[in-house]
Amino acid sequence: MKLRSIIIGSVSLFALAAGAQAQSLTIATVNNGDMIRMQGLSDRFTEETGIALEWVTLEENVLRQRVTTDIATGGGQYDVMTIGAYETPIWAAQGWLAPLDNLGDDYNADDLIPAVREALTVDGSLYAAPFYAESAMIMYRTDLFEEAGLEMPEQPTWEFIGEAARAITDRDNEVYGICLRGKAGWGENMAFLTALSNSMGGRWFDENWEPQFDSPEWNEALNFYVDLMTDAGPPGASSNGFNENLALFQQGKCGMWMDATVAASFVSNPDDSQVADSVGYAMFPTKEGLDNNGNWLWVWSLAVPASSQNVDEAQQFISWATDQAYLEMVAEEEGWANVPPGTRTSLYQNQAYLDAAPFADETLAAIEAANTTNSSVQEVPYSGGQFVAIPEFQGIGTAVGQIFSAALAGQTPVDQALEQAQQVTRMEMERSGYYNQ
Amino acid sequence: MARAISTRRKIGFTILAWGIGLVIFFPILWTFLTSFKPEGQAIAIPPRFFDFDWTLANYETVQSRSNYFRHFSNSVISAVGSTLLGLLIAIPAAWAMAFSPTKRTKDVLMWMLSTKMLPAVGVLVPIYLIFRDLRLLDTHLGIIVVLTMINLPIIIWMLFTYFKEIPVDILEAARMDGASLRQEVVHVLTPMAVPGIASTLLLNIILAWNEAFWTLNLTTTNAAPLTAFIASYSSPEGLFWAKLSAASMMAIAPILIMGWFSQKQLVRGLTFGAVK
Repeated sequence: MKLRSIIIGSVSLFALAAGAQAQSLTIATVNNGDMIRMQGLSDRFTEETGIALEWVTLEENVLRQRVTTDIATGGGQYDVMTIGAYETPIWAAQGWLAPLDNLGDDYNADDLIPAVREALTVDGSLYAAPFYAESAMIMYRTDLFEEAGLEMPEQPTWEFIGEAARAITDRDNEVYGICLRGKAGWGENMAFLTALSNSMGGRWFDENWEPQFDSPEWNEALNFYVDLMTDAGPPGASSNGFNENLALFQQGKCGMWMDATVAASFVSNPDDSQVADSVGYAMFPTKEGLDNNGNWLWVWSLAVPASSQNVDEAQQFISWATDQAYLEMVAEEEGWANVPPGTRTSLYQNQAYLDAAPFADETLAAIEAANTTNSSVQEVPYSGGQFVAIPEFQGIGTAVGQIFSAALAGQTPVDQALEQAQQVTRMEMERSGYYNQ
Repeated sequence: MARAISTRRKIGFTILAWGIGLVIFFPILWTFLTSFKPEGQAIAIPPRFFDFDWTLANYETVQSRSNYFRHFSNSVISAVGSTLLGLLIAIPAAWAMAFSPTKRTKDVLMWMLSTKMLPAVGVLVPIYLIFRDLRLLDTHLGIIVVLTMINLPIIIWMLFTYFKEIPVDILEAARMDGASLRQEVVHVLTPMAVPGIASTLLLNIILAWNEAFWTLNLTTTNAAPLTAFIASYSSPEGLFWAKLSAASMMAIAPILIMGWFSQKQLVRGLTFGAVK
């Protein structure tokens, strides 16, 4: 009897849920500060439109796996999902995303920062709307630079960064000249290393999709990275990702940190950061004479899976969450410093925002400088800045990331690591049929 | 002298046992401590053991941001539901194999276990498609069915070993007295196997409670259990360890308390039949 009532209960609960679905949207997202703020404010959307919202917050990789399964099988469990600049072009090309062609008359798409809009556009249609965007830049300690008699140039070169990092390092007092990502993963250490290689003239593949880890550029980049981190990096750097470096920087243990521009709002927040009043910002470095700042661009954006039953309502929500009016609403409630950055040109013309966010100019400059269609000074067959926008990249990037993380930990010599990376990538690309034409 | 050596050995073993116990317990202790730290101190290097600014803020944040009780009740429904359904199927199956074995019984048992040898992700897409078509995605019924299926081999194996320990003569005596098959199973076999069934039940509830692959992949909101609640506190950009630890403590507390109170039954059940 009990079991029967459990089964009947569950079935009727499901029926109820299915009945209620017409008026509700299921939104999948990640647990980043700006998304949590959006959840907090979303009651207003429900009040305005009568559309109820169900939030599913998941760990980034779980979300990607979960959402991929659902879209690929047409499960229709989600109406809106948070995806990045990597997924958008690939999924749009697969026909997995509904084009955002009905964001409303008030939606000012021309105000979107061109580089950001470009990253989410496929064949002239916008497939995801940017919620917040980031490039990479240098965050550095102005007090330590002053003490060491150094001055950060407007356009720093890697040569300067190397010297400065070594000069600042004071191991006895646990101050390390430079903190960089070392944790293995396509979105972790490989994001930084790909940008580093771009800025040193390297590329992942040549025009025939042959991997380039045997090139002098990658050799220089990886040697530079490992040597620099060995001389001036924190201990155990091979397990540091964005969050670990954030904690180190906030505790005053890093002289410089090169990472996503969104970090600027964390390190300059006196509630969390011990060094909030002495942080300076500068462009991501380039190699002397190359004028390539790595072309890092990531856009957390909202998209509608083609399998959604509520495409129109979903677009209505996306329009609400990514419109100019939303930025003003956040500013009113939580102050301009907490507005999701990097998506709209008008934000960077707003004096109130510029006053609240001392890093605004550098953030905009970094985003605008990011060229994701041609990330290297050499010709490339792929798009993407700190990643390669092909489906295989998640797997290859993480495998190579593990090899390079081992090189940073001193377990593999750099030459051998590059050789392994070359082999792994070549094999995977061959298996995926890139050389069969 | 012999006595002195044995005392020394005793002390040695006690220290060793405590040492191993602490190592096993350490992750839980660390999670517990981290859940009371401010975010910045949660991943401080060198790690801080007790000298941090104790705070309840993480629990407050987690409470205010998520609907704990919805996830909790979903966990209870799926763990208890799948365990009961599993026992309902497994008791007759184990009975048949223990008391009326055929030539192929061993093979059948092996075959059942072999279903556990396939990595779960290998069947994710087919199961997802079946669930989609049967409209079982994100439903309690769907989760109960899938958890029952994945734990069934273990339940059957455990019950089979317990039943094997029960002398078949007793069942035969009951049969001689005219007990029907149902009476034999319900009134004779089950009461004798209660310790075994109880520990199977407890272990299976724990397994179902902790199952994270299927519960994360087949649910979205309506049936999402505590595993989804924990998964929502990891952040790619922003410190999260303290809040994640608080969420984890809240998720494992009920099962930890249950395990604590039923320790005796668990141990008795697991060692049932070990000494003849």
